[in-house]
Amino acid sequence: MNVIDQLEKEYLRAETPTFRAGDTLIVHAKIREGTKERVQLFEGICIARHNGGTGSTFTVRKMAADGVGVERVFPLHSPRVEKIEVKRLGRVRRAKLYYLRELRGRKARISERIMSKK
Amino acid sequence: MAFHGMIGRKLGMTQIFTDEGNAVAVTVLEMQPNAISQVRTEEVDGYNAIQLAFGSRKEKNLTKPVIGHLKKAGVAGAQRLREFRVPAGELEGYKAGGSIGVDVLEGVDHIDVAATSKGHGFTGVVVRHNFAGCNTMTHGTHEAFRHGGSIGMGTFPGRVFKGKKMAGQMGNKRVTVQSLKIIRIDTERNLVLVRGGVPGARNAVVEIRPAVKK
Repeated sequence: MNVIDQLEKEYLRAETPTFRAGDTLIVHAKIREGTKERVQLFEGICIARHNGGTGSTFTVRKMAADGVGVERVFPLHSPRVEKIEVKRLGRVRRAKLYYLRELRGRKARISERIMSKK
Repeated sequence: MAFHGMIGRKLGMTQIFTDEGNAVAVTVLEMQPNAISQVRTEEVDGYNAIQLAFGSRKEKNLTKPVIGHLKKAGVAGAQRLREFRVPAGELEGYKAGGSIGVDVLEGVDHIDVAATSKGHGFTGVVVRHNFAGCNTMTHGTHEAFRHGGSIGMGTFPGRVFKGKKMAGQMGNKRVTVQSLKIIRIDTERNLVLVRGGVPGARNAVVEIRPAVKK
């Protein structure tokens, strides 16, 4: 195995939940305020995943007050991302849901994905 | 034994997380142990330095003078020989035939890295010096879309100033990047991770030495 791949492996998160674009996530992100550290929750729809070894990221979008959309890009393997909870699976037909930025209210809904039983 | 210099290989770049959780872009340098092929001293050579041998090369591909020189020190073969100056009085511990490894970097914060940059061939001013080219593609502009414009004044001074930025060879020359922070040293796999980029392509031979400005 390539040395750089080996090196990157040491920095990867041991376990990542399986999720994809369209799923609703709750991200437990560590936030540093001065010297104190606390965990902040960020709940929203995952609209994109970007795969790239240690540089992998995912984008979460939520609607804040007054209908302002808020997007945050989290590094998937960052130690600052304590935990990723998958709240709801969504059924979508695209890998990147950037079209949600133009939609509001009922149009921005995503129907639930039912896992096929095997 | 303090750190005075080493020769290694650039493996490539990646991104890792520090203990604080910050992501940093790093270049991975492979620093296999270097053999010491000669120790130069003030009395004999007029200056103090160590000569390091990097890599290996078949004897049939080396010239006889180099083979003789390496035999004297008991070094098998070398792809690259390079001298690193050592301040007077710090030569103890260095002996021809010995070797130095990444462990000498223990406790070193910053290093300078020198290598041959990627060659881009003969390039125009837009690529080589970030000239803008022409600002409009219409309004009668012709034949000068990627030109540098005027190269100077007229009768006075009557010449082009030295150092005028023009088209020419870009890259494939020795470049030193100063004060790169060492993020991590892996003595087991002989790796050094430095913050930021390093000149040269993957597998390029790089020289590291103590940071001059730190």
